Amino acid sequence: MDNILPSYLILGAILFCIGLYGALSKKNAIIVLLSIELMLNASNLNFVAFAKYGPAPALSGQIFSLFTITVAAAEAAVGVAILLALFRNRGTSDVVEMDHLKH
Amino acid sequence: MEATYAQLAWIVPLAPLIAFLVLLAIGRQVNRHSAAVGVAATLVSFIFAVLVFVERLGAGTAYAWQDWDWLTFGGTPIGFGYEVNNLNALMLVIVSGVSLLVNLYSAGYMKGDPRYHVFFGYVALFTFSMLGLVLSSNLLELYVFWELVGVCSFLLIGFWYHKPEAKAAAKKAFIVTRIGDAGLLIAILILFWQAPYHDLSFTNLANAVAEGMIAPGILTLTAILIFVGAVGKSGQFPLHVWLPDAMEGPTPISALIHAATMVAAGVYLVARTFFIFEESAAALTVVAVVGAFTALFAATVGVAQTDIKRVLAYSTVSQLGYMMMALGVGAQVAAVFHLTTHAFFKALLFLAAGSVIHAVGKQDVGELGGLGRKMKVTAWTFGIGALALAGLFPLSGFWSKDAILTAALHKHAGYFMVGLVAAFFTAFYMARLFFLVFAGKPRSAYGHEPHESPAVMTVPLVILAALAVVSGFIYTPFNSWLGDWLTGAPAAEHANWTVILLSNLAALLGIGLGWLMYGKRSLDAEAVAARMGWLHKLVKNKYYIDELYRAVIVKPVKALGDLLHLADRFVVDGVVKLVAGGALFIGRVGTRMQNGQLQGYGLVSLLGLVLLMALLAGRRFFHVG
Repeated sequence: MDNILPSYLILGAILFCIGLYGALSKKNAIIVLLSIELMLNASNLNFVAFAKYGPAPALSGQIFSLFTITVAAAEAAVGVAILLALFRNRGTSDVVEMDHLKH
Repeated sequence: MEATYAQLAWIVPLAPLIAFLVLLAIGRQVNRHSAAVGVAATLVSFIFAVLVFVERLGAGTAYAWQDWDWLTFGGTPIGFGYEVNNLNALMLVIVSGVSLLVNLYSAGYMKGDPRYHVFFGYVALFTFSMLGLVLSSNLLELYVFWELVGVCSFLLIGFWYHKPEAKAAAKKAFIVTRIGDAGLLIAILILFWQAPYHDLSFTNLANAVAEGMIAPGILTLTAILIFVGAVGKSGQFPLHVWLPDAMEGPTPISALIHAATMVAAGVYLVARTFFIFEESAAALTVVAVVGAFTALFAATVGVAQTDIKRVLAYSTVSQLGYMMMALGVGAQVAAVFHLTTHAFFKALLFLAAGSVIHAVGKQDVGELGGLGRKMKVTAWTFGIGALALAGLFPLSGFWSKDAILTAALHKHAGYFMVGLVAAFFTAFYMARLFFLVFAGKPRSAYGHEPHESPAVMTVPLVILAALAVVSGFIYTPFNSWLGDWLTGAPAAEHANWTVILLSNLAALLGIGLGWLMYGKRSLDAEAVAARMGWLHKLVKNKYYIDELYRAVIVKPVKALGDLLHLADRFVVDGVVKLVAGGALFIGRVGTRMQNGQLQGYGLVSLLGLVLLMALLAGRRFFHVG
């Protein structure tokens, strides 16, 4: 019972690292967006794990993760909309080509 | 009579300063009339100088105005003011008078020069500085003007800066006189440290010295250091090398700066601070020996020079040596008297030489000759100047040289003998110069028929010639007016017939020999030179002093300079390049990172985060801080 928290945390860390790797290395913007969702959910997992098995268990962690899921949904919607607009404009979803920041 | 005009003495240097500023501001616009500006300013100066001088004839105490505090060191103010006494009233007249004539002469001589207005601007600045130097009431103020005349000398020697010789000569004059200036500066610092209330004014210094408030050892040291300054400025051995080279400047400049006024500043300085020298027998001996040696040394060099202006330059060095010798034997009046007469006849000689150069465009005596018939005024005035310089009775040079020789004999027969031999050589080289230039036949083809210079140039010659004749009568064995007036005490000057006869004999011998060798040509100059062999070669090459300096001083200094240059180039520049290269490298890396790839930025942020966390963990792990 006491030892279960690290397992959750390791799973969350692995998920976060996979998301980070995807966000930094994938070329397709959709995959990048997905990777970001993965990172968000890794943190959600941490919230829930701490809320249940942490040193001071409380319901607020689970409520917080609910909020995060909602906000992430909204964010994903906006992100996909931006990607669509970009794709219409530039004809590609490759993030390497999106180097407007340089100019 | 109250000191009405002495209170206005500040106008004397002010007029040329205004002329300089005017020429600086609108010189280009008034180009052709800039001579008029220069002449007008020096005329105002001259008139006021004469008024001050005439007022001083009525004796009375010196007038000094030094109310303005120029600098304050701690609680010690350094004043800036002027002082009018008999000595500098005389100097004012000489400087402004010669300057006026030279300005007038230059109007003709420099005609057609593209930098006509610049020339007159520089001359005006010089006149201002020189008059300021003479009027200065304290040593530091004098030093400021002392450096200013040095700068003007530099600018005017290098006036034709397109000639490499002129550039080199200007630099040489500046650097060599700087050696002497360092001595003067140290002397001023010592006096500032020693003088009561740190007051550097001449009155205070004279009082302090008279009351024995400064230790004798310090006085000797100070006197010798002041003399070092005078050696540099007045072209005494061993710092005389710059003066002959300074002849690269325009001839009126040689007459004004390098014969009549600036080079006499050293003599003036010693005469002005003579109260210090009087307290130290050792310093006086140094002055006398250096002066006597320079007088003889330069006179012998003058014998074998072929450039008309260089002969006169060595003659100037030699005559300044005479003045120094006079100061060294304690004959302050004789020195100032010789300074006065020398200013007139040497300015005359230079201006006459300039007239020759203007007419013919050549200045090597080997290429001149037979000009006496073509240029009567120049020839006559040059002849009078030469006789005055040779010291023939009754011209001015005779009286002043006689006064010096009498004083020298009074002190020590050695000085007298040296002076006499130098007088012989002086007469000889002046005769040689005169006969080579004006007598006989031309020794080379002149580009065009030589003609007399315009009146604007010959009038100053005539005026100076008249002065060269009569200015001697103010101080003769029978009329000691100048001495009484300068020292304020009637001097018992006795006619010393031995000196009079011997000095005239020496002059006549020199002239006679010169005539035989170069006038009548019954003695072949070439054969005599050949007979002398190495001696002639030694003299012709100015005792190899320049070569010696080049080998002993210039080369090592240059080697050191090269070494330091290498150090500068590889060590200092290396460090600078390293720093610059480092910044450039970081900049390149930064540029590469700034590529617009959001994922790259993210990666870098991640790396930074990892680094930070590693640092934090490391700190915790190793228990640092």
